[in-house]
Amino acid sequence: MDLSNFFSIMRGEIVLAAIILILLLAEIATKDKKKIVDLAIGLFLIHTIFGFFGVGEGVLFGGMFKASPIVNLFKNILNVGVLIILFQSASWVKGKLEEHNRVSEFYILLFASLLGMYYMISAGDFLMFYIGIEMASLPVAGLAAFDIYQKRSAEAALKYIFLAAITSGISLLGISFLYSASGTIFFDELKPFMTNDSLITLGFLFFLVGLLFKISIVPFHLWTADVYEGAPIGVTSYLSVISKGAAAFILIIILFTMAKPIMELWREVIYMLSILTMFIGNIFALRQKNMKRFLAFSSIAQAGFIILGMLSGTQLGMSAVVFFIATYIFSNLGAFGVVYAIANQSGKENMDDYNGFYRTNPLLSVLMMLALFSLAGIPPVAGFFGKFFLFMSAASAGYYWLILFAVINVTISLYYYLLVVRAMFVRQNDNPIPAFKSDVYMKIGLILPAIGIFVLGLYSPIYEHINELVGMFLK
Amino acid sequence: MIQGIGVTDFFIISTLMFFIGVYGFITRKNLITILIAIELILNAVAINFVIINKYLYPEGLHGQIFSIFIIAVAAAEVAIAIAIVIDFYRTNKSVNVDESEMMKY
Repeated sequence: MDLSNFFSIMRGEIVLAAIILILLLAEIATKDKKKIVDLAIGLFLIHTIFGFFGVGEGVLFGGMFKASPIVNLFKNILNVGVLIILFQSASWVKGKLEEHNRVSEFYILLFASLLGMYYMISAGDFLMFYIGIEMASLPVAGLAAFDIYQKRSAEAALKYIFLAAITSGISLLGISFLYSASGTIFFDELKPFMTNDSLITLGFLFFLVGLLFKISIVPFHLWTADVYEGAPIGVTSYLSVISKGAAAFILIIILFTMAKPIMELWREVIYMLSILTMFIGNIFALRQKNMKRFLAFSSIAQAGFIILGMLSGTQLGMSAVVFFIATYIFSNLGAFGVVYAIANQSGKENMDDYNGFYRTNPLLSVLMMLALFSLAGIPPVAGFFGKFFLFMSAASAGYYWLILFAVINVTISLYYYLLVVRAMFVRQNDNPIPAFKSDVYMKIGLILPAIGIFVLGLYSPIYEHINELVGMFLK
Repeated sequence: MIQGIGVTDFFIISTLMFFIGVYGFITRKNLITILIAIELILNAVAINFVIINKYLYPEGLHGQIFSIFIIAVAAAEVAIAIAIVIDFYRTNKSVNVDESEMMKY
Protein backbone atom coordinates (compact mmCIF):
# COMPACT_ATOMS: atom_id res chain seq x y z
CA MET A 1 0.00 0.00 0.00
CA ASP A 2 1.23 3.38 -1.02
CA LEU A 3 1.65 5.39 2.17
CA SER A 4 1.13 8.88 0.73
CA ASN A 5 -2.00 7.62 -1.00
CA PHE A 6 -3.20 6.26 2.33
CA PHE A 7 -2.69 9.60 4.05
CA SER A 8 -4.45 11.53 1.33
CA ILE A 9 -7.52 9.27 1.35
CA MET A 10 -7.91 8.98 5.11
CA ARG A 11 -6.68 12.45 6.01
CA GLY A 12 -9.88 13.59 7.70
CA GLU A 13 -10.01 10.55 9.98
CA ILE A 14 -6.31 10.69 10.86
CA VAL A 15 -6.42 14.40 11.68
CA LEU A 16 -9.54 14.01 13.82
CA ALA A 17 -8.01 11.08 15.73
CA ALA A 18 -4.88 13.20 16.26
CA ILE A 19 -7.01 16.05 17.63
CA ILE A 20 -8.60 13.61 20.11
CA LEU A 21 -5.15 12.47 21.26
CA ILE A 22 -3.89 16.06 21.58
CA LEU A 23 -6.88 16.91 23.76
CA LEU A 24 -6.21 13.87 25.96
CA LEU A 25 -2.61 14.99 26.43
CA ALA A 26 -3.67 18.60 27.04
CA GLU A 27 -6.04 17.41 29.76
CA ILE A 28 -3.09 15.80 31.54
CA ALA A 29 -0.62 18.62 30.94
CA THR A 30 -2.52 21.85 31.60
CA LYS A 31 -3.67 23.26 34.90
CA ASP A 32 -5.89 25.93 33.36
CA LYS A 33 -8.74 23.85 31.95
CA LYS A 34 -10.40 26.85 30.29
CA LYS A 35 -7.66 26.85 27.69
CA ILE A 36 -8.82 23.43 26.50
CA VAL A 37 -12.02 25.01 25.17
CA ASP A 38 -10.02 27.42 23.01
CA LEU A 39 -7.62 24.65 21.98
CA ALA A 40 -10.43 22.30 20.90
CA ILE A 41 -12.25 24.99 18.93
CA GLY A 42 -9.02 26.20 17.30
CA LEU A 43 -7.91 22.72 16.26
CA PHE A 44 -11.31 21.85 14.88
CA LEU A 45 -11.51 25.13 12.98
CA ILE A 46 -8.21 24.29 11.25
CA HIS A 47 -9.46 20.76 10.53
CA THR A 48 -12.69 22.13 9.03
CA ILE A 49 -10.91 24.61 6.77
CA PHE A 50 -8.38 22.07 5.50
CA GLY A 51 -11.15 19.55 4.89
CA PHE A 52 -12.22 21.59 1.88
CA PHE A 53 -8.87 21.21 0.10
CA GLY A 54 -7.49 18.27 -1.77
CA VAL A 55 -8.67 15.11 -0.06
CA GLY A 56 -7.90 12.10 -2.21
CA GLU A 57 -10.18 9.62 -3.83
CA GLY A 58 -9.90 5.84 -3.69
CA VAL A 59 -10.43 2.61 -1.81
CA LEU A 60 -8.58 1.27 1.23
CA PHE A 61 -8.44 -1.96 3.22
CA GLY A 62 -9.60 -4.12 0.34
CA GLY A 63 -12.79 -2.16 -0.25
CA MET A 64 -13.84 -1.56 3.36
CA PHE A 65 -13.13 2.15 3.25
CA LYS A 66 -14.08 4.32 0.30
CA ALA A 67 -13.46 7.99 -0.32
CA SER A 68 -14.96 9.98 -3.16
CA PRO A 69 -15.61 13.71 -3.71
CA ILE A 70 -19.25 13.43 -2.63
CA VAL A 71 -18.30 11.61 0.58
CA ASN A 72 -15.77 14.35 1.32
CA LEU A 73 -18.50 16.92 0.74
CA PHE A 74 -20.68 15.07 3.28
CA LYS A 75 -17.86 15.18 5.79
CA ASN A 76 -17.35 18.90 5.18
CA ILE A 77 -21.04 19.60 5.74
CA LEU A 78 -20.89 17.68 9.04
CA ASN A 79 -17.68 19.52 10.00
CA VAL A 80 -19.30 22.93 9.53
CA GLY A 81 -22.26 21.83 11.63
CA VAL A 82 -20.04 20.56 14.44
CA LEU A 83 -17.99 23.77 14.31
CA ILE A 84 -21.15 25.84 14.84
CA ILE A 85 -22.15 23.61 17.77
CA LEU A 86 -18.67 24.04 19.30
CA PHE A 87 -18.99 27.83 19.12
CA GLN A 88 -22.48 27.78 20.60
CA SER A 89 -21.60 25.42 23.45
CA ALA A 90 -18.31 27.08 24.53
CA SER A 91 -19.73 29.20 27.33
CA TRP A 92 -21.89 26.34 28.63
CA VAL A 93 -18.86 24.05 28.76
CA LYS A 94 -16.90 26.69 30.68
CA GLY A 95 -19.78 26.81 33.14
CA LYS A 96 -19.56 23.05 33.62
CA LEU A 97 -15.94 23.53 34.62
CA GLU A 98 -17.06 25.41 37.72
CA GLU A 99 -19.76 22.84 38.43
CA HIS A 100 -17.89 19.56 38.22
CA ASN A 101 -14.45 20.21 36.75
CA ARG A 102 -15.08 18.59 33.40
CA VAL A 103 -14.17 20.10 30.05
CA SER A 104 -12.12 17.89 27.79
CA GLU A 105 -14.52 14.91 28.07
CA PHE A 106 -17.14 16.89 26.17
CA TYR A 107 -14.82 17.51 23.23
CA ILE A 108 -13.26 14.05 23.22
CA LEU A 109 -16.65 12.33 23.16
CA LEU A 110 -18.01 14.73 20.55
CA PHE A 111 -15.03 14.22 18.23
CA ALA A 112 -15.05 10.44 18.77
CA SER A 113 -18.68 10.37 17.72
CA LEU A 114 -17.90 12.49 14.65
CA LEU A 115 -15.04 10.12 13.80
CA GLY A 116 -17.52 7.23 13.92
CA MET A 117 -19.74 9.11 11.50
CA TYR A 118 -16.81 9.58 9.11
CA TYR A 119 -16.25 5.82 9.10
CA MET A 120 -19.95 5.18 8.71
CA ILE A 121 -20.27 7.46 5.69
CA SER A 122 -17.22 6.10 3.90
CA ALA A 123 -18.00 2.45 4.68
CA GLY A 124 -17.67 -0.01 1.83
CA ASP A 125 -18.93 -3.03 3.73
CA PHE A 126 -21.23 -3.86 6.60
CA LEU A 127 -18.43 -4.40 9.13
CA MET A 128 -17.07 -0.88 8.73
CA PHE A 129 -20.62 0.44 8.68
CA TYR A 130 -21.49 -1.34 11.94
CA ILE A 131 -18.35 -0.16 13.73
CA GLY A 132 -18.99 3.36 12.49
CA ILE A 133 -22.62 3.51 13.56
CA GLU A 134 -21.81 2.17 17.04
CA MET A 135 -18.84 4.49 17.40
CA ALA A 136 -21.15 7.36 16.44
CA SER A 137 -23.91 6.50 18.90
CA LEU A 138 -22.13 5.30 22.05
CA PRO A 139 -20.26 8.57 22.85
CA VAL A 140 -23.48 10.51 22.30
CA ALA A 141 -25.14 8.50 25.06
CA GLY A 142 -22.32 9.59 27.35
CA LEU A 143 -22.76 13.18 26.21
CA ALA A 144 -26.50 13.09 26.86
CA ALA A 145 -25.72 12.24 30.50
CA PHE A 146 -23.21 15.10 30.76
CA ASP A 147 -25.37 17.03 33.25
CA ILE A 148 -24.70 14.43 35.90
CA TYR A 149 -26.63 16.19 38.66
CA GLN A 150 -29.82 16.40 36.63
CA LYS A 151 -32.45 13.67 36.63
CA ARG A 152 -33.59 14.50 33.12
CA SER A 153 -30.11 14.11 31.68
CA ALA A 154 -29.62 10.58 33.06
CA GLU A 155 -33.07 9.59 31.88
CA ALA A 156 -32.38 10.86 28.36
CA ALA A 157 -29.09 8.95 28.15
CA LEU A 158 -30.81 5.83 29.44
CA LYS A 159 -33.53 5.97 26.81
CA TYR A 160 -31.05 6.67 24.06
CA ILE A 161 -28.56 3.90 24.78
CA PHE A 162 -31.11 1.15 25.40
CA LEU A 163 -33.10 1.88 22.28
CA ALA A 164 -29.95 2.35 20.20
CA ALA A 165 -28.70 -1.03 21.43
CA ILE A 166 -31.85 -2.93 20.52
CA THR A 167 -32.17 -1.29 17.09
CA SER A 168 -28.56 -2.07 16.32
CA GLY A 169 -29.30 -5.69 17.33
CA ILE A 170 -32.23 -5.84 14.90
CA SER A 171 -30.13 -4.19 12.22
CA LEU A 172 -27.39 -6.79 12.78
CA LEU A 173 -29.90 -9.61 12.40
CA GLY A 174 -30.82 -8.13 9.04
CA ILE A 175 -27.15 -7.98 8.04
CA SER A 176 -26.75 -11.66 9.00
CA PHE A 177 -29.72 -12.53 6.75
CA LEU A 178 -28.16 -10.63 3.86
CA TYR A 179 -24.88 -12.45 4.55
CA SER A 180 -26.59 -15.84 4.60
CA ALA A 181 -28.28 -15.14 1.27
CA SER A 182 -25.20 -13.86 -0.53
CA GLY A 183 -22.03 -14.92 1.31
CA THR A 184 -20.54 -11.44 1.27
CA ILE A 185 -20.72 -8.30 3.37
CA PHE A 186 -19.31 -5.89 0.78
CA PHE A 187 -21.81 -3.45 -0.69
CA ASP A 188 -20.48 -3.82 -4.22
CA GLU A 189 -20.43 -7.62 -4.21
CA LEU A 190 -23.88 -7.70 -2.65
CA LYS A 191 -25.48 -5.69 -5.44
CA PRO A 192 -26.04 -8.59 -7.90
CA PHE A 193 -27.74 -10.58 -5.13
CA MET A 194 -30.33 -7.89 -4.40
CA THR A 195 -33.50 -9.43 -5.83
CA ASN A 196 -37.03 -9.94 -4.57
CA ASP A 197 -35.91 -13.07 -2.78
CA SER A 198 -37.74 -13.23 0.57
CA LEU A 199 -34.59 -13.63 2.69
CA ILE A 200 -32.99 -10.61 1.04
CA THR A 201 -36.18 -8.59 1.50
CA LEU A 202 -36.47 -9.46 5.19
CA GLY A 203 -32.79 -8.86 5.80
CA PHE A 204 -32.79 -5.52 4.04
CA LEU A 205 -35.86 -4.29 5.92
CA PHE A 206 -34.36 -5.32 9.27
CA PHE A 207 -31.13 -3.62 8.29
CA LEU A 208 -32.97 -0.38 7.51
CA VAL A 209 -34.33 -0.23 11.10
CA GLY A 210 -30.95 0.81 12.49
CA LEU A 211 -30.65 3.75 10.12
CA LEU A 212 -34.28 4.83 10.30
CA PHE A 213 -33.91 4.93 14.09
CA LYS A 214 -31.03 7.37 13.77
CA ILE A 215 -32.99 9.61 11.38
CA SER A 216 -36.04 9.23 13.72
CA ILE A 217 -38.53 8.08 11.11
CA VAL A 218 -41.93 7.42 12.62
CA PRO A 219 -42.24 3.90 13.98
CA PHE A 220 -38.79 4.44 15.53
CA HIS A 221 -39.23 8.05 16.66
CA LEU A 222 -40.40 7.66 20.25
CA TRP A 223 -36.97 8.29 21.78
CA THR A 224 -36.51 11.58 19.94
CA ALA A 225 -38.58 13.98 22.01
CA ASP A 226 -37.50 12.59 25.39
CA VAL A 227 -33.80 12.48 24.58
CA TYR A 228 -33.85 15.93 22.98
CA GLU A 229 -35.58 17.41 26.01
CA GLY A 230 -33.38 15.79 28.62
CA ALA A 231 -29.95 16.15 27.03
CA PRO A 232 -27.93 19.38 27.31
CA ILE A 233 -28.83 21.72 24.42
CA GLY A 234 -25.49 21.38 22.63
CA VAL A 235 -25.92 17.62 22.56
CA THR A 236 -29.52 18.01 21.44
CA SER A 237 -28.50 20.10 18.47
CA TYR A 238 -25.73 17.59 17.70
CA LEU A 239 -28.27 14.75 17.72
CA SER A 240 -30.81 16.63 15.65
CA VAL A 241 -28.54 17.84 12.87
CA ILE A 242 -25.24 15.96 12.75
CA SER A 243 -26.38 12.49 13.81
CA LYS A 244 -29.49 12.72 11.67
CA GLY A 245 -27.60 14.17 8.71
CA ALA A 246 -24.88 11.50 8.77
CA ALA A 247 -27.43 8.68 8.94
CA ALA A 248 -29.38 10.22 6.06
CA PHE A 249 -26.17 10.47 4.00
CA ILE A 250 -25.27 6.80 4.41
CA LEU A 251 -28.90 5.77 3.89
CA ILE A 252 -29.00 7.57 0.57
CA ILE A 253 -25.65 6.08 -0.48
CA ILE A 254 -26.89 2.56 0.31
CA LEU A 255 -30.29 3.04 -1.31
CA PHE A 256 -28.84 4.56 -4.48
CA THR A 257 -25.99 2.12 -5.03
CA MET A 258 -26.33 -1.25 -3.27
CA ALA A 259 -30.14 -1.43 -3.08
CA LYS A 260 -30.79 0.05 -6.51
CA PRO A 261 -31.98 -3.33 -7.94
CA ILE A 262 -34.76 -3.61 -5.34
CA MET A 263 -35.93 -0.04 -5.75
CA GLU A 264 -39.60 -1.04 -6.11
CA LEU A 265 -39.42 -2.61 -2.63
CA TRP A 266 -37.88 0.25 -0.68
CA ARG A 267 -39.87 2.85 -2.58
CA GLU A 268 -43.10 1.51 -1.08
CA VAL A 269 -41.60 1.45 2.43
CA ILE A 270 -40.14 4.95 2.19
CA TYR A 271 -43.36 6.28 0.67
CA MET A 272 -45.52 5.10 3.58
CA LEU A 273 -43.00 6.08 6.24
CA SER A 274 -42.55 9.54 4.73
CA ILE A 275 -46.27 10.32 4.94
CA LEU A 276 -46.54 8.92 8.48
CA THR A 277 -43.45 10.78 9.68
CA MET A 278 -44.55 14.14 8.33
CA PHE A 279 -48.05 13.90 9.79
CA ILE A 280 -47.12 12.53 13.22
CA GLY A 281 -44.17 14.89 13.66
CA ASN A 282 -46.28 17.91 12.77
CA ILE A 283 -49.37 16.99 14.75
CA PHE A 284 -47.38 16.33 17.92
CA ALA A 285 -45.37 19.53 17.44
CA LEU A 286 -48.60 21.53 17.62
CA ARG A 287 -49.15 20.84 21.33
CA GLN A 288 -45.61 21.28 22.67
CA LYS A 289 -44.75 24.03 25.14
CA ASN A 290 -41.07 23.25 25.79
CA MET A 291 -38.89 24.67 23.01
CA LYS A 292 -36.51 21.68 22.88
CA ARG A 293 -39.41 19.27 22.63
CA PHE A 294 -41.04 21.48 20.04
CA LEU A 295 -37.88 21.49 17.91
CA ALA A 296 -37.62 17.71 18.40
CA PHE A 297 -41.02 17.09 16.82
CA SER A 298 -40.32 19.64 14.12
CA SER A 299 -37.10 17.73 13.35
CA ILE A 300 -39.12 14.49 13.08
CA ALA A 301 -41.33 16.19 10.52
CA GLN A 302 -38.25 17.45 8.64
CA ALA A 303 -36.94 13.85 8.57
CA GLY A 304 -40.10 12.94 6.68
CA PHE A 305 -39.17 15.53 4.06
CA ILE A 306 -35.60 14.21 3.90
CA ILE A 307 -36.69 10.68 2.98
CA LEU A 308 -39.32 12.04 0.59
CA GLY A 309 -36.52 13.18 -1.69
CA MET A 310 -34.99 9.70 -1.82
CA LEU A 311 -38.05 8.26 -3.56
CA SER A 312 -37.15 9.34 -7.07
CA GLY A 313 -33.91 7.34 -7.13
CA THR A 314 -32.33 9.75 -9.61
CA GLN A 315 -29.47 12.22 -9.58
CA LEU A 316 -31.96 15.04 -9.06
CA GLY A 317 -33.32 13.31 -5.97
CA MET A 318 -29.93 12.74 -4.39
CA SER A 319 -28.70 16.30 -4.94
CA ALA A 320 -32.02 17.60 -3.60
CA VAL A 321 -31.62 15.55 -0.41
CA VAL A 322 -28.00 16.63 0.11
CA PHE A 323 -28.88 20.27 -0.45
CA PHE A 324 -31.89 20.00 1.85
CA ILE A 325 -29.77 18.49 4.64
CA ALA A 326 -27.27 21.34 4.28
CA THR A 327 -30.05 23.94 4.58
CA TYR A 328 -31.61 21.98 7.43
CA ILE A 329 -28.34 21.95 9.37
CA PHE A 330 -28.00 25.73 9.15
CA SER A 331 -31.64 26.52 9.91
CA ASN A 332 -31.95 24.13 12.82
CA LEU A 333 -28.65 25.24 14.32
CA GLY A 334 -29.83 28.85 14.07
CA ALA A 335 -32.99 28.00 16.00
CA PHE A 336 -31.12 25.89 18.55
CA GLY A 337 -28.50 28.61 18.93
CA VAL A 338 -31.09 31.15 20.03
CA VAL A 339 -32.68 28.64 22.42
CA TYR A 340 -29.18 27.92 23.73
CA ALA A 341 -28.31 31.58 24.26
CA ILE A 342 -31.56 32.18 26.15
CA ALA A 343 -31.21 29.04 28.28
CA ASN A 344 -27.61 29.97 29.13
CA GLN A 345 -28.61 33.40 30.37
CA SER A 346 -31.93 32.77 32.04
CA GLY A 347 -32.48 29.00 32.14
CA LYS A 348 -35.85 29.43 30.44
CA GLU A 349 -36.94 26.91 27.81
CA ASN A 350 -40.70 27.32 27.54
CA MET A 351 -42.47 29.00 24.67
CA ASP A 352 -44.45 31.28 27.03
CA ASP A 353 -41.20 32.70 28.38
CA TYR A 354 -40.46 34.02 24.88
CA ASN A 355 -43.40 36.45 24.99
CA GLY A 356 -42.21 39.96 24.32
CA PHE A 357 -38.71 38.80 23.50
CA TYR A 358 -38.44 41.21 20.54
CA ARG A 359 -38.67 44.25 22.82
CA THR A 360 -35.61 43.24 24.82
CA ASN A 361 -33.44 41.31 22.33
CA PRO A 362 -34.35 42.32 18.76
CA LEU A 363 -31.34 40.76 17.01
CA LEU A 364 -31.83 37.32 18.52
CA SER A 365 -35.55 37.42 17.70
CA VAL A 366 -34.81 38.27 14.09
CA LEU A 367 -32.34 35.38 13.82
CA MET A 368 -34.88 33.00 15.38
CA MET A 369 -37.49 34.21 12.91
CA LEU A 370 -35.11 33.67 9.99
CA ALA A 371 -34.29 30.15 11.14
CA LEU A 372 -37.94 29.23 11.65
CA PHE A 373 -38.91 30.71 8.25
CA SER A 374 -36.13 28.67 6.70
CA LEU A 375 -37.39 25.51 8.43
CA ALA A 376 -40.93 26.27 7.23
CA GLY A 377 -39.73 27.05 3.71
CA ILE A 378 -40.60 30.69 3.09
CA PRO A 379 -39.03 32.02 -0.15
CA PRO A 380 -36.06 34.34 0.36
CA VAL A 381 -34.18 31.96 2.69
CA ALA A 382 -32.47 28.63 2.11
CA GLY A 383 -35.21 26.29 3.33
CA PHE A 384 -37.50 27.27 0.48
CA PHE A 385 -35.07 26.07 -2.17
CA GLY A 386 -34.36 22.90 -0.20
CA LYS A 387 -38.03 22.00 -0.14
CA PHE A 388 -38.53 23.18 -3.72
CA PHE A 389 -35.86 20.78 -5.08
CA LEU A 390 -37.24 17.94 -2.94
CA PHE A 391 -40.75 18.37 -4.31
CA MET A 392 -39.40 18.75 -7.83
CA SER A 393 -37.55 15.44 -7.58
CA ALA A 394 -40.65 13.69 -6.21
CA ALA A 395 -42.76 15.20 -8.98
CA SER A 396 -40.32 14.02 -11.63
CA ALA A 397 -40.94 10.46 -10.41
CA GLY A 398 -44.72 11.00 -10.51
CA TYR A 399 -45.55 11.09 -6.80
CA TYR A 400 -48.25 13.77 -7.01
CA TRP A 401 -50.31 12.53 -4.06
CA LEU A 402 -47.26 12.51 -1.85
CA ILE A 403 -46.50 16.10 -2.82
CA LEU A 404 -50.06 17.05 -1.90
CA PHE A 405 -49.59 15.51 1.57
CA ALA A 406 -46.23 17.23 1.89
CA VAL A 407 -47.71 20.61 1.02
CA ILE A 408 -50.46 20.10 3.62
CA ASN A 409 -47.71 19.38 6.12
CA VAL A 410 -45.74 22.47 5.16
CA THR A 411 -48.88 24.47 5.93
CA ILE A 412 -49.33 22.83 9.34
CA SER A 413 -45.66 23.41 10.15
CA LEU A 414 -45.95 27.06 9.10
CA TYR A 415 -48.69 27.45 11.73
CA TYR A 416 -46.64 26.23 14.64
CA TYR A 417 -43.43 27.94 13.58
CA LEU A 418 -45.39 31.16 13.45
CA LEU A 419 -46.66 30.50 16.99
CA VAL A 420 -43.10 31.07 18.22
CA VAL A 421 -42.69 34.15 16.04
CA ARG A 422 -45.98 35.51 17.37
CA ALA A 423 -44.86 34.88 20.96
CA MET A 424 -41.66 36.84 20.35
CA PHE A 425 -43.01 39.74 18.28
CA VAL A 426 -46.72 40.21 19.06
CA ARG A 427 -47.48 38.92 22.55
CA GLN A 428 -47.14 41.26 25.52
CA ASN A 429 -45.33 40.26 28.67
CA ASP A 430 -44.95 42.12 31.93
CA ASN A 431 -41.81 40.22 32.80
CA PRO A 432 -39.89 39.48 29.58
CA ILE A 433 -36.43 37.94 29.41
CA PRO A 434 -34.11 40.89 30.08
CA ALA A 435 -31.69 42.15 27.43
CA PHE A 436 -28.36 40.31 27.53
CA LYS A 437 -25.05 40.12 25.73
CA SER A 438 -23.54 36.80 24.71
CA ASP A 439 -19.81 36.12 24.61
CA VAL A 440 -17.74 36.15 21.42
CA TYR A 441 -17.98 32.42 20.72
CA MET A 442 -21.75 32.44 21.00
CA LYS A 443 -21.93 35.45 18.66
CA ILE A 444 -19.86 33.62 16.03
CA GLY A 445 -22.01 30.53 16.55
CA LEU A 446 -25.12 32.59 15.85
CA ILE A 447 -23.74 34.55 12.90
CA LEU A 448 -22.48 31.47 11.01
CA PRO A 449 -25.94 29.83 10.64
CA ALA A 450 -27.43 33.18 9.61
CA ILE A 451 -24.80 33.50 6.87
CA GLY A 452 -25.42 29.89 5.86
CA ILE A 453 -29.17 30.42 5.59
CA PHE A 454 -28.71 33.39 3.26
CA VAL A 455 -25.83 32.03 1.21
CA LEU A 456 -27.47 28.69 0.50
CA GLY A 457 -30.68 30.47 -0.46
CA LEU A 458 -29.21 33.13 -2.71
CA TYR A 459 -25.99 31.70 -4.16
CA SER A 460 -26.95 29.00 -6.65
CA PRO A 461 -23.45 27.65 -7.61
CA ILE A 462 -23.49 25.62 -4.36
CA TYR A 463 -26.39 23.54 -5.64
CA GLU A 464 -24.69 23.20 -9.02
CA HIS A 465 -21.54 21.96 -7.29
CA ILE A 466 -23.48 19.36 -5.27
CA ASN A 467 -25.30 18.26 -8.41
CA GLU A 468 -22.01 17.83 -10.28
CA LEU A 469 -20.43 15.73 -7.49
CA VAL A 470 -23.57 13.58 -7.22
CA GLY A 471 -23.48 13.03 -10.98
CA MET A 472 -19.86 11.84 -10.72
CA PHE A 473 -20.80 9.52 -7.85
CA LEU A 474 -23.80 7.89 -9.50
CA LYS A 475 -22.10 7.37 -12.88
CA MET B 1 -18.74 -28.48 11.42
CA ILE B 2 -20.23 -30.86 13.93
CA GLN B 3 -21.39 -34.29 12.80
CA GLY B 4 -25.12 -34.84 13.17
CA ILE B 5 -26.07 -31.22 13.86
CA GLY B 6 -27.36 -29.35 10.84
CA VAL B 7 -27.43 -25.65 10.09
CA THR B 8 -31.17 -25.45 10.85
CA ASP B 9 -30.64 -26.62 14.43
CA PHE B 10 -28.29 -23.73 15.02
CA PHE B 11 -30.69 -21.30 13.40
CA ILE B 12 -33.48 -22.52 15.70
CA ILE B 13 -31.25 -21.86 18.72
CA SER B 14 -30.19 -18.41 17.56
CA THR B 15 -33.73 -17.38 16.61
CA LEU B 16 -35.03 -18.54 19.99
CA MET B 17 -32.29 -16.58 21.73
CA PHE B 18 -33.03 -13.49 19.68
CA PHE B 19 -36.73 -13.48 20.45
CA ILE B 20 -36.26 -14.34 24.11
CA GLY B 21 -34.06 -11.25 24.17
CA VAL B 22 -36.72 -9.11 22.49
CA TYR B 23 -39.36 -10.46 24.89
CA GLY B 24 -37.15 -9.71 27.87
CA PHE B 25 -36.39 -6.22 26.59
CA ILE B 26 -40.09 -5.42 26.36
CA THR B 27 -41.42 -7.03 29.55
CA ARG B 28 -38.67 -6.64 32.17
CA LYS B 29 -38.71 -3.70 34.56
CA ASN B 30 -35.20 -3.91 35.99
CA LEU B 31 -32.63 -2.04 33.92
CA ILE B 32 -29.90 -4.62 34.51
CA THR B 33 -32.20 -7.41 33.28
CA ILE B 34 -32.93 -5.37 30.17
CA LEU B 35 -29.18 -5.16 29.59
CA ILE B 36 -28.98 -8.94 29.84
CA ALA B 37 -31.77 -9.16 27.24
CA ILE B 38 -29.75 -6.93 24.91
CA GLU B 39 -26.74 -9.21 25.39
CA LEU B 40 -28.93 -12.17 24.38
CA ILE B 41 -29.96 -10.39 21.19
CA LEU B 42 -26.39 -9.50 20.23
CA ASN B 43 -25.05 -12.97 21.02
CA ALA B 44 -27.82 -14.59 18.98
CA VAL B 45 -26.69 -12.54 16.01
CA ALA B 46 -23.05 -13.47 16.67
CA ILE B 47 -24.01 -17.18 16.61
CA ASN B 48 -25.84 -16.54 13.34
CA PHE B 49 -22.74 -15.07 11.74
CA VAL B 50 -20.43 -17.88 12.84
CA ILE B 51 -22.83 -20.60 11.71
CA ILE B 52 -23.51 -19.04 8.33
CA ASN B 53 -19.78 -18.71 7.81
CA LYS B 54 -18.98 -22.26 8.90
CA TYR B 55 -21.79 -24.13 7.17
CA LEU B 56 -22.75 -22.09 4.12
CA TYR B 57 -19.66 -20.13 3.07
CA PRO B 58 -16.63 -21.90 4.55
CA GLU B 59 -14.22 -20.35 2.02
CA GLY B 60 -14.13 -16.89 3.65
CA LEU B 61 -13.83 -15.56 7.18
CA HIS B 62 -16.18 -12.55 7.02
CA GLY B 63 -18.74 -13.97 9.40
CA GLN B 64 -16.30 -14.99 12.11
CA ILE B 65 -14.49 -11.64 12.02
CA PHE B 66 -17.84 -9.91 12.18
CA SER B 67 -18.86 -11.90 15.27
CA ILE B 68 -15.64 -10.93 17.04
CA PHE B 69 -16.40 -7.28 16.38
CA ILE B 70 -19.97 -7.75 17.62
CA ILE B 71 -18.62 -9.14 20.90
CA ALA B 72 -16.15 -6.27 21.27
CA VAL B 73 -18.73 -3.58 20.52
CA ALA B 74 -21.27 -5.25 22.82
CA ALA B 75 -18.76 -5.07 25.65
CA ALA B 76 -18.24 -1.35 25.05
CA GLU B 77 -21.98 -0.82 24.84
CA VAL B 78 -22.62 -2.60 28.15
CA ALA B 79 -19.83 -0.66 29.86
CA ILE B 80 -21.39 2.66 28.88
CA ALA B 81 -24.92 1.44 29.63
CA ILE B 82 -23.90 0.30 33.12
CA ALA B 83 -22.28 3.69 33.77
CA ILE B 84 -25.48 5.42 32.74
CA VAL B 85 -27.58 3.06 34.89
CA ILE B 86 -25.37 3.94 37.88
CA ASP B 87 -25.82 7.63 37.11
CA PHE B 88 -29.56 7.03 36.91
CA TYR B 89 -29.48 5.20 40.23
CA ARG B 90 -27.69 8.13 41.90
CA THR B 91 -30.38 10.59 40.88
CA ASN B 92 -33.43 8.30 41.28
CA LYS B 93 -32.38 5.80 43.96
CA SER B 94 -33.82 3.00 41.84
CA VAL B 95 -33.01 0.92 38.77
CA ASN B 96 -36.63 0.36 37.86
CA VAL B 97 -37.49 1.40 34.33
CA ASP B 98 -40.87 2.74 35.48
CA GLU B 99 -39.02 5.51 37.32
CA SER B 100 -37.81 7.01 34.04
CA GLU B 101 -41.03 8.88 33.37
CA MET B 102 -40.14 12.51 33.94
CA MET B 103 -40.50 13.26 30.26
CA LYS B 104 -43.31 11.85 28.21
CA TYR B 105 -45.86 12.67 25.51
